[in-house]
Amino acid sequence: MFTFTIRRLTLAVPTLLFISLVIFLLLQLAPGDPMAQVPLTVPPEVKQKMREALGLGEPMHVQYLKWLRQFFWIEPLNLFDYMFGTGLAEGELRVISWQTRSPVVDIVVQRLPQTLWVVGMAYVVGILIALPIGIISAYKQYSMFDQVGTFVSMVGFSIPPFFSGVLVIVIFSVQLGWFPSIYDTTHVVNDWASFKVQLLQMFLPVMVLALQITAQISRFMRASMLDNLNQDYVRTARAKGARERVVVLVHVLRNSMIPVVTVIALGIPSIFGGAIITEQVFKVNGIGQLLITSIEANDLPMVQTLTFIFAILIVLFNLIADILYGVLDPRIRYD
Amino acid sequence: MTDKADIRTAARNQWWDVWDQFKTHKGALLGASVFLLIIIAVYLGPFVWPYDPQFIDYRSRNLSPSFAHPLGTDQLGRDQLARMLSGGQVSIIVGLSAMALSVVLGTLIGVLAGYFKRLDGPLMRLTDLFLALPLLPLILVASLLFREKLSAAFGPEGGIFILIVSLIGITSWMQTARIVRGDVLALKEREFVLAARSIGTPDRRMITRHVLPNVMSPIMVSATLGIATAIITESALSFLGFGFPPDFPTWGRLLNDSVDRMQIYPERVLWPGLAISLTVLSVNYMGDGLRDALDPRIRGR
Repeated sequence: MFTFTIRRLTLAVPTLLFISLVIFLLLQLAPGDPMAQVPLTVPPEVKQKMREALGLGEPMHVQYLKWLRQFFWIEPLNLFDYMFGTGLAEGELRVISWQTRSPVVDIVVQRLPQTLWVVGMAYVVGILIALPIGIISAYKQYSMFDQVGTFVSMVGFSIPPFFSGVLVIVIFSVQLGWFPSIYDTTHVVNDWASFKVQLLQMFLPVMVLALQITAQISRFMRASMLDNLNQDYVRTARAKGARERVVVLVHVLRNSMIPVVTVIALGIPSIFGGAIITEQVFKVNGIGQLLITSIEANDLPMVQTLTFIFAILIVLFNLIADILYGVLDPRIRYD
Repeated sequence: MTDKADIRTAARNQWWDVWDQFKTHKGALLGASVFLLIIIAVYLGPFVWPYDPQFIDYRSRNLSPSFAHPLGTDQLGRDQLARMLSGGQVSIIVGLSAMALSVVLGTLIGVLAGYFKRLDGPLMRLTDLFLALPLLPLILVASLLFREKLSAAFGPEGGIFILIVSLIGITSWMQTARIVRGDVLALKEREFVLAARSIGTPDRRMITRHVLPNVMSPIMVSATLGIATAIITESALSFLGFGFPPDFPTWGRLLNDSVDRMQIYPERVLWPGLAISLTVLSVNYMGDGLRDALDPRIRGR
């Protein structure tokens, strides 16, 4: 197991390097110029100097290596400095956003909590709803509950978040006025009333994201439970006189959770992708919205960093899913 | 004479078996008919409903639904029903062509990787790599980068069409490739492949005659489900403002346009959204039924 983990980790490094190269080369094709906003009265020589100060105009491989150094060495050093008050990264050029002229990572760090709150909450809520639904519809296969569950998850699968989001806004905030349609990130929670406001404004985006997650995971849970319910050990458990509750919720559930856990881990990166759209609908200023605005503003360093962060998430959670599978299921032997 | 008829029933095509099984799946049958209905409505509708979706009539803007305009008119007085129909044409043709591209790519890579042992490693690493790419961000970036060049080369509409179809196709072939490779690997061990090889069948004919027909069922299932994902991705792109230009309606674009005015005219959000969801739902049910019908273990039970 340990050697497998090490092997997968070492394989993840070239994968990430290659992905970063793909993203970098793609962005090299971009037609934008960071000096497009600079007034025309600035002479061209000065513009050229400004471009060089941003690290442009150098050969492509030099730019790429510089970006790698900035991202993997200088930014972590800055984080270290910030946490322990040291001055290791002083005087080093960080990855600078063309839009705001401040370090990209600082902006991402500002935006990340909103995304994590909404997305994380949605994922937790979605899983909490999905697991019981999956268990019951498998246990009572082809019952009314199962049929309805199948239909609802098919619908949840088919309605894209940009429609379900808009639909719940029209129903619950425009017609009924129960929830606000815009997520206010400046809202500070300090007492009961403000906590209630926070809860209300999180409700719609979280539910929209959770609907999709529930639809996927409850299907997996059902299939996995069905696989296990007909196994011999279930009959043995019943034969030795274990109560039905214990048989289903202890014996079968624990074995059925193995593939479901990996699916949950694998779904985390794609949920960040879904958050791009949900954030746009509910005007949450998280990293998804940051990505959209920086693509529109041609802010290439920001786009590059954000896309790469998404790539890191995907590779990381794939790795976690693989390792979890091996840890949870003793039948799986990687060596 | 009776002999002939007997032979005809005996040599029944296997696709009739598939159709028989498909018919028993009510959801799939309903999904297929709804999808067919949507396609017919969208492509034949404009002949029955003669309004021009681009015709701007300022005097009749923001009308609520009436007999003259069953879905009302938008802020420029364009007929919403006509716009929905022409938007549907674009959404569905984008979905179908993107699916075709992704299935062709996926099948090609899957068959090559499964059939030729030398190519297996590199091609599967490539597939893994594509699976690890953050696809939606990359599609967004790429749709902005190549927009101008393709628009200049093929005209604004054709260029964007090619752009979006190829972006969706290039980023969604991986699942098909994996499934096809697995099936080809299993097929290669079968006796009929060995027999065909022993009489000296060249690789090219092996693949087209013996391998491809036998992996048709997973390909068809993933093709059907691919239509749904392609339509959703195209609508998402249009919704985020990275898809087709504003005067060229698609369902996602219409949804995006109506979101700004949803407080006053909520019904305008409803129709394009419903159209997208209904199409995707019917396609998903169709795929579900097709999967059951093509599975020989279930068929004939």
